[in-house]
Amino acid sequence: MSDTITNLPPKPEFNLQAIAKEMAITFVVGLGLMIPMVLLRANDVNGKLVIERHWQELFFALVLLVVGRLGLILLDKHKALPALIIGVVMAIAGYSIHFPTELLEVFTLAAGVILIIRAVLFLWREYKGITANDRENAKKRREKLLENSTGYISAIVIIIAGLLPFLSDILQLLLPDFLGGDSSFIANMSGRYVVDTAILILTYVLLAWGLNIVVGYAGLLDLGFVAFYAVGSYSFAILARDFNLGFWTALPLAGAFSMLSGLVLGFPVLKLRGDYFAIVTLGFGEIVRLLLLNLYELTGGPDGINGIPRPGIGNIVFSKRAKEEGTQTFTEFFSTNFWEITYSSNHRVIFLYYIVFILCMLVAIFTIRIRQQPLGRAWEALRENEVAAASLGINRTNIKLAAFAISATWGGFAGAFFASRQGFISPESYTFIESAIILAIVVMGGMGNLMGIALAAAILIGLPELFRDLEEYRMATFGFGLVLIMIWRPTGLISFRDPTVLLFGKKKKKADEEKLAEGAGS
Amino acid sequence: MAYFLQQLINGVTLGAVYGLIAIGYTMVYGIIGMINFAHGEIYMIGAFIAVIGFTLFTSIPLISAILLVLALSMIFTAIYGWTIERTAYRPLRNSFRLAPLISAIGMSIFLQNYVQLLQGARVRPIPPMFKGSFKFFQDSDFVVNLTYLQVLIIVSTIVLMSVFTLIINKTAMGRQQRACEQDKTMAALLGVNVDHTISMTFVMGAMLAAFAGVMVTLYYGVVHFFIGFLAGMKAFTAAVLGGIGSIPGAMLGGLLIGLIEAFWSAYFTIEYKDVATFVILVLVLIFRPSGLLGRPEIEKV
Repeated sequence: MSDTITNLPPKPEFNLQAIAKEMAITFVVGLGLMIPMVLLRANDVNGKLVIERHWQELFFALVLLVVGRLGLILLDKHKALPALIIGVVMAIAGYSIHFPTELLEVFTLAAGVILIIRAVLFLWREYKGITANDRENAKKRREKLLENSTGYISAIVIIIAGLLPFLSDILQLLLPDFLGGDSSFIANMSGRYVVDTAILILTYVLLAWGLNIVVGYAGLLDLGFVAFYAVGSYSFAILARDFNLGFWTALPLAGAFSMLSGLVLGFPVLKLRGDYFAIVTLGFGEIVRLLLLNLYELTGGPDGINGIPRPGIGNIVFSKRAKEEGTQTFTEFFSTNFWEITYSSNHRVIFLYYIVFILCMLVAIFTIRIRQQPLGRAWEALRENEVAAASLGINRTNIKLAAFAISATWGGFAGAFFASRQGFISPESYTFIESAIILAIVVMGGMGNLMGIALAAAILIGLPELFRDLEEYRMATFGFGLVLIMIWRPTGLISFRDPTVLLFGKKKKKADEEKLAEGAGS
Repeated sequence: MAYFLQQLINGVTLGAVYGLIAIGYTMVYGIIGMINFAHGEIYMIGAFIAVIGFTLFTSIPLISAILLVLALSMIFTAIYGWTIERTAYRPLRNSFRLAPLISAIGMSIFLQNYVQLLQGARVRPIPPMFKGSFKFFQDSDFVVNLTYLQVLIIVSTIVLMSVFTLIINKTAMGRQQRACEQDKTMAALLGVNVDHTISMTFVMGAMLAAFAGVMVTLYYGVVHFFIGFLAGMKAFTAAVLGGIGSIPGAMLGGLLIGLIEAFWSAYFTIEYKDVATFVILVLVLIFRPSGLLGRPEIEKV
């Protein structure tokens, strides 16, 4: 039977010599990487620099590297069983043997588990006779399913996000018996910490959706998006400090200032192409940060701006006591008009959550709408082929400028919100790393796909937040995770990207696809 | 005049360092068309290895210590460059344009924190070792100081760059590199091992950056895990200024950035020296988008 299958890839040759060579290379390279960093460590002893030698760590790390590499090579050569054994041994070793550092134990355990998973998957596929072709088809089917159900998934996600602060109350009300009363997981689902993290994630969603207009739709690589975020934050803070404006007046003004800065910065550089554009925006991001650091009278320099007012509604404030004349606290307002509640600092957090949630929804609606408008179509046309689009009479500079200004406005809103939530801003929050994180979210989310971007923000911002205890390893893991995700899914998590508008509408496309499928079947 | 001369010397020294790092950016960009964001970190690793080396080799004569540290730093850093290309960039070679860039940004963040975790977050100093200087204009109230170290940096950079230019222009490897830069597919058809050539590009770029790292360690005497970012940005600016993809352009761009920085700090405000660098970058790109020595880009349909 198996002779008839022609699309099976040839079984890789199993050559002991080649493997030995590969292992030797791994060993030498590993040694080269580890000698200066793992073995030799600089340390201060009584104010004097001393080089410590960590032989044990070097030994364990090298063994881990070489054994792990051997497992991967065996997998590549379709020798899943030995790879599985190596994986099991590594996992057990990582779990039970005491290594010089905890990090090495975690690494060994993780590497073992990954090897086991991959080997088992391979063995299972072999057992079931699943070919690469089958997998490709299954992947296509999955993506199709995902594409068709995006609407439903979005609706569910939006409803859950909309109810998040009250989710545990609702669940406890609806299913009191099923959940066994107050299980700690359900009770904590809408806890302060979760809502706080959700606010952070949504701030990044807002930023990423803003940047998405420039990167995902107009196809321009902007490495200095943090500039608009900073302009939004600082204009909000300065308006509130010097002109005593409240949240709801300062917010649109901050957006307007950001838009203005987008126009001013964008106008001279939009003629540039590709990577030149990227590097100029990177330069702008740094210039803005350096200006914030040095314009001491206006921005407070490295000390930043303190005491930025929190948002309220009308004359209702979200604090324990109403300090100013004519204002009342939310607790008073709610108790007199609805039912009796006691003051809780959670009210303010929940209020903030809804502000950023509504901002996100506005941006999402705007983005989805504008994609159908002439402007959105022009962006896509420019992204796909700039010269062709220009030949058809699209004014490149104006269209790009519009994208730049709109995305800057959303960045400004996010900045203003961030400033108001933190109550304190300083140039430290607006470094290149922020731009990089926002860009990573957009690219990981699949450039142009709003749901994908939201998912990527939840992963990139939420996951590290879960591991707050491992603070020191957080950024290193984040960086390496970025590399791994890019290798695993270079086009982003959700990567289908059809043109928004088709010549004969969606029906024609569907008919074409069916015709194609028939042709392939016969 | 004396003050001007002093700034000229400082600027040229700084420019030599930027030029060395910029070559790594420009070569990688030329050959695979990506901005290697982790290159600044490569330079930082080279500088860290120098700190470790100089602390270890205090007992041997200075000149041999410097040569030994240079050699070790260049070898180890080259291994880092090779590994980074192999793990983070090669799997993404034929991917869409932004994927390697994000991967590079991730690598840069990782390396910074990796060094911080292993070598500590504090500034790592070494004692000043290469003392002494030539003095000019001693009669006036301002003395121009040309330290031996500055001479060493400038001369060794010139030598290194000449050797490097020879490698690129005369050897088989350099020829292969230039061939890959023009057309990778065609080069592969003619028997050039493209993967190997790209690896060698990263190795050479890393070696030059390590050289710069050792020199900076000697010059400033302190190293920190974050130094790669700003130096990388400036060097990249230098590469763009000179015309990205052009190796003489990177050298010229580095020199110009060094001079701009030195003169701006001396005659205007030191706080805005980085702003000045970036403003000049923006101006150059707006009025001469292909850089000073770069070939103008042709729009293809």
